[in-house]
Order: sequence, then C-alpha cells, then structure tokens
Amino acid sequence: MARVVSVFLPTLPTDRIRRADPSLSVETPLVVIARSGSKRWIAATDRAALKLGLRVGMPAAKAQALFQGLIMIDADPAADLAALERLTLWALSQYSPVVAMDPPDGIVMDTEGADHLQGGEELMLSGLINRFRGRGLAADAAIADTWGAAHALARTTDRETVIIPRGETAKAVNHLPLSSLRLSAEIVASLRTLGFATIGDLAATPRAPLTLRFGPEVGRRLDQMYGRVAEPIDPIRPADLVEVNKSFAEPIGAQETVEKYVSRLVRQLCLELENRGLGVRRADLIVHRIDNTIQALRAGTAKPVRDIAWLAKLFRDRIEKIEPGFGIEKLSLAATLAEPLVETQSASCLIEEQVTDVTPLIDVLGNRGGQRIFRVAPVASDVPERSVQRIAPTADEDGATWPLHWPRPPRLLARPEPIEVIALLPDHPPVSFTWRGKRRRVRRADGPERIFGEWWKRSSEWIAVRDYFVVEDDTGERFWIFRAGDGVDAETGSHKWFMHGMFA
Amino acid sequence: MTAAAAISNPVLDELREKIASLEGAGSRNRSVLPFGVSEIDAQLPGGGLAYGALHEVAGGGNGAIDGAAAALFIGGIAARTTGKVVWCLTRFDLFFPALAQVGLHPDRVTFVECDKEETVLASFEEALRYGGLGAVVAELVRLPMTASRRLQLAAEKSGTLGLVIRRWRRQTEASDFGMPTAAATRWRISVLPSEPLPVPGVGRARWLAELMRLRAGEGGEFIIGACDGQGRICLSSDTAYRPDQAGRSVAIG
Repeated sequence: MARVVSVFLPTLPTDRIRRADPSLSVETPLVVIARSGSKRWIAATDRAALKLGLRVGMPAAKAQALFQGLIMIDADPAADLAALERLTLWALSQYSPVVAMDPPDGIVMDTEGADHLQGGEELMLSGLINRFRGRGLAADAAIADTWGAAHALARTTDRETVIIPRGETAKAVNHLPLSSLRLSAEIVASLRTLGFATIGDLAATPRAPLTLRFGPEVGRRLDQMYGRVAEPIDPIRPADLVEVNKSFAEPIGAQETVEKYVSRLVRQLCLELENRGLGVRRADLIVHRIDNTIQALRAGTAKPVRDIAWLAKLFRDRIEKIEPGFGIEKLSLAATLAEPLVETQSASCLIEEQVTDVTPLIDVLGNRGGQRIFRVAPVASDVPERSVQRIAPTADEDGATWPLHWPRPPRLLARPEPIEVIALLPDHPPVSFTWRGKRRRVRRADGPERIFGEWWKRSSEWIAVRDYFVVEDDTGERFWIFRAGDGVDAETGSHKWFMHGMFA
Repeated sequence: MTAAAAISNPVLDELREKIASLEGAGSRNRSVLPFGVSEIDAQLPGGGLAYGALHEVAGGGNGAIDGAAAALFIGGIAARTTGKVVWCLTRFDLFFPALAQVGLHPDRVTFVECDKEETVLASFEEALRYGGLGAVVAELVRLPMTASRRLQLAAEKSGTLGLVIRRWRRQTEASDFGMPTAAATRWRISVLPSEPLPVPGVGRARWLAELMRLRAGEGGEFIIGACDGQGRICLSSDTAYRPDQAGRSVAIG
C-alpha cells in the first residue's frame, strides 16, 4: 500500500517572482498576466491580490483599472515549470525515493517506508511546510493512501497539513466538491448541471450511464481516488544521478533472490561512486513489479558512505518488507544524495589504540525507526535543566564537559516537584521534608549552592535565585532539592522548596 | 584439587581445550574488567567483570524505581572501559553531568532513545553484536529469559561488555528481579548512609553492593564507597556503618 503526499503550491508563480526580486514590497499585490493575441488576463495572484478580490481569469485591464499600484508581471510558464522541477529534485533528495512533478502547481511523492527518517508522517509534513515557508513559498500538503485523494485534500482543505489514516480514504473524500477530481472543466460543469455536487454523490451513481455520456475518464478518476486501480508515480530522475539497474527476463520473487541481486547492485553502485569520488548519504532501492506498481526503500546514512558491507546491511534489514506480488521485473538502486568522500588513512599510528567508529551502527539503528539517536553536550548554563543539550551522534568530539566541582544527581526530574519543608531561613538546609507523601528527616546536608537566573536571556529571571542543597535522609537516600529565592528577599523567588533530582 | 590441576596432563589439557571450544568462541580468550578492589575481584571468576557477557544491576529499596545508584555504578564501570559506549533507554531522565563526575566523558556515549521496550532490546542486541565498543548499556523493565539468552550470546560473540540497568515503574514490579536470566552476574546496589565526616556535610556516598547471582561462583555482599572521578569504587570499612546508631551528622535540627 502506498502513502502518497501531495504538495500544493498555490502561489508558486508569484512566490517565484518575489524570490527572484526581493525589492518588491510584500504588501503590494502582485499578479501574473498571461496573454493570447490581444487578450490579457490574470494567470496567477498572490495572497495580497487575492484579498483585494482579484481572481484568476479576470481581464488584466479591469484589474489595472480597479487597483492602483498593482504590480503586473508577464507570465513565464517555462520558468514556473523549471522552479517546480528544482523543488521536486530537492524533495527527492530529502523526503522520498519516488517523487514526481504534478504540474502546474504541485509535487507528488510516495513516502511509504521513508517517513521514519523524518520522524513520522506528522513531523515530515510539518517540516516540509516549514521548509517551503522558509524559502518564501506558500504550501499545503496532504497525505493519503492514493494520489487522487491526497491531491484533492491538499487543494480543498484550509489546513496546512492533512493526514488521512490508512484505509479511511473514502470517508475523507466523499464530501469533497467535484472540481477536486482532476477532471476537465467541461465535464465538471456538465456533471454539476446534472445535479452532482460532491464526489460521494458521483461514486454512488451507477457507472454505465456516466461512462456512456462522459467517456471512461470519470470512472477512471474515481477508481484512482478510491484506490481501486493503481496510479503509479513515475519518479523524477536528475541527469547526474548515480543509478544502477537490473532487469529480469523472468520475474523474481523469493527473498533470497532479491537479497542476492540487491547486494550485487550495492557492489555496482559503490564501484560507480568510487569512480566519481562520492559517498552516499541517501540510497534508494526502487522495486518495479510486473503489475506496474513501484515500491521503494530508502536508507539514510549519517555521513557519506561507500562501504559495500555497510550499505548492504542497511537494505538487508528491510528487504523482507518488499512484497513481490506476482514478481519483480526490475530493481534499481540510486544514490539520491551523494557527497564527496575522500579516502583517508584510517590508522595514523600502529601503537595508538583504535577507537571503533560507531557510525555504521548509528545508521543501522536509525534506519529502523522508532528511536532517536543522539549524544549530549554541555551548554554554558548554570541552570541544571538547561546545562545539557542533545547533539547529533556524529557531531565533532570537542572534549567539552561540565565543571565537576559540585555533586550532580544521576537522575533529574523532568520538572521540579514541590515539597513541604521545615527549614530555618535564610540559608540553613531543611530539617525535614515531605515528598510524594513521605516524610523524611534530613540527617546530613550540603549547601547551599546558589544558582542565579540567566537575566541576560530572560528578563523574568532578572534577580531570580535558586539555593540547591544535597540532603541525605535517615536511610542514606540522597536528594537534590532547592529553594526558589535567596531566603531573604521575596523578589528573588517564591521561597518554595522543590525536589529536583535523586542520587540514589 | 589445586595440586592436581597444577600437574600438566596432556589428556586433561586436551579435554579442557575441547570443553572450552564447546563453550563458545568468545569464552577462550575472554578477558575481564577488574574493579580494582581485591575482595570483590577475588569473588569473580577471572578476577573481574567478564567482557563478552551480560551483567545486570538493579537498585535496592526506592532505588529500584529511580535506579540512580545503579546508573552511577554502571557509569563507573563504563568509564573504566575504553572505546565508545552505547546507552539504550526509553525515558531519558539521566542527568549526564553526574556521569561525567564518575569519569564517563560525554563524547564517548551515544544514546539511543527508543519508543518501546522491545526496541530497546533490539537496539541493545544490535549494539552488542556490533563489536569493538567499550560497553553497551540498556535500561530495561523486563528481561525475559529468552531475550537475555539472545543478548548473552550476542555479547559472547563480539566480546562486548553488556550492562543492564533494571528499573521498574512501580515498587511491586521489582519482584520480577527474582526471575532467572542468562546474565553472568547480577548486582543490587542499595544506598547506605554516607561516611561520616569530621565536619558537617555529606560524605562520599556508600552503597551496599550485593552480588546476588554469579554464574559459576558464589555471591557476596560488599559495602563500597561510590565511584570516584575515574569510576573506581573502594571497599568501605564495615565498622563505620552502624544502622542502629546515628553517626556524626550536621549540626541541624
């Protein structure tokens, strides 16, 4: 089963013009004018123009007469298409092995088996939208089981991201208007005349009269939308893509056979990469079945790789996910994202102890999904919960660590929990405290260690202070507790006590 | 017995060789990581924690849930190994500065935060199988026999030190610790009142380290001083520990 993402770029022509010419003011409405003979009409509008009531198809002269200062630029469909192609190629390297243009204003991709690299479907879609936004492009995206449904949903709902769970296509598309069925305008108009309003209406009508009147197109689009017939996405391929193929005269299906040919392809790909001095960051295995469906597996690596065993292992773990169906007629392996990889001497000295590189392991674990891999590094902050940050597992090892003179608990509570305390102000440790319903007498204590708020970052911490104590109770359990405030001045904190960590 | 073993007998030697080869490839040239405390090392076969084996550590008392002392104990062991450390867990409540204080450098540790316990087991096994790592640590609630046997085999094959922190969500679940596993050693680390200082304040933490289970050996109990800046523990003198009697404490109350 496929999971299709459809990205809709409603204002691509105007966004493209604004990106190329930053001097254009954002507030001024901008329209793109197409012409045919002496006729000139609006071909695309941006958000500001849309708000003024300018619509696609409106005569240019009328728009000009209605609004003064309107920026009008001649349409350039070829440049729009080139921009769309650039975006599609970028999406190919980032999101999925199967990405295609959906002209004039969309991108379509099959992210089955690739969304885990982005942290799941939800994160993938929101990340995608945000990255388009960052480039000054408005975008809406939808994910569904079929191209038809995703295409329709991305263009009709007003939410930026729509996720339709598996198997719920029919429920999601039944109420959509006929215009989202990807039919020609004349057919839609005649269907409306006949009284059909939504896709659900049309799907509930007998097929034969419709086909008799409008041809096979209506039925085909409906079947595509509900997933009754396959609609393969023909993936876009950049010209300089490193790709190796294997076609089979007789379709293959057994898992061992697939494995054998995949490892052969990996070897071939690595040779090819070696010739060009590249290493792979994203490798895509595309499986063409004889029933004209495409399946894809994507493997990502944390750094450029040209190691046959390493790459083969990344695919071997997931080959079982391929459903061969009636047989596979072609396998192709592409290095979708490749980066220069220079050969380096692995051991500079025989005496020096070799530390094993964990990157292959990180790749194997990372390609499985369901886990986050990271290292931690110190942050120059006294506030305990801000002193640790997660960094990429392959980040440079700079040897930085925390200052070690004050004891720190191995377990830190996600948020400090309030405790009830009997203590002498201003700077005595507590005599006893009650935490999670249990009263403990403090036997020994260390402190206070005063930690000041970061007033240069947050004005609310202008004079905030925390006094930390290490306390040990009768049984020897040790805790890290603090009082908000310095014990004298009420301005510095609430003077309430909190539990923040456990030593044991 | 020792006298008999000392006499070299070619037939016996051959038999020993055969048995060793049956026991697995890793077992023949398996080395150990000594604690550096002679009393503990003497208890352990080979004089230390065996590489290429699984070791379980749990906290005692309330520590069974937080596993804070167990984490420090493990951190100290990992700090004394060389090479990278992979640490698999489901909830990341570890405060790394504390581990840095027992000598484990943040650059050495790669964390794998998993969604489910099963993923932790799978990642743990993958990392154990990988080889060349200093230690692989996993924080687990449940460790069924079959899973532990798989993990033990993976550790044996690559010669990696596998360390499991057992921690439970509820105190009642800690009874699970009675179930047998394939781990080579099983420890329980409970806290004791710290060593009294001549001045007010908290001294070096003391733990009661119970070696509850040891494959091919006797268990034992040790009162130890917590890991120092290099991850080393020390044997604490029992005489200072009198649970019925308050030691010198701070001038409070």
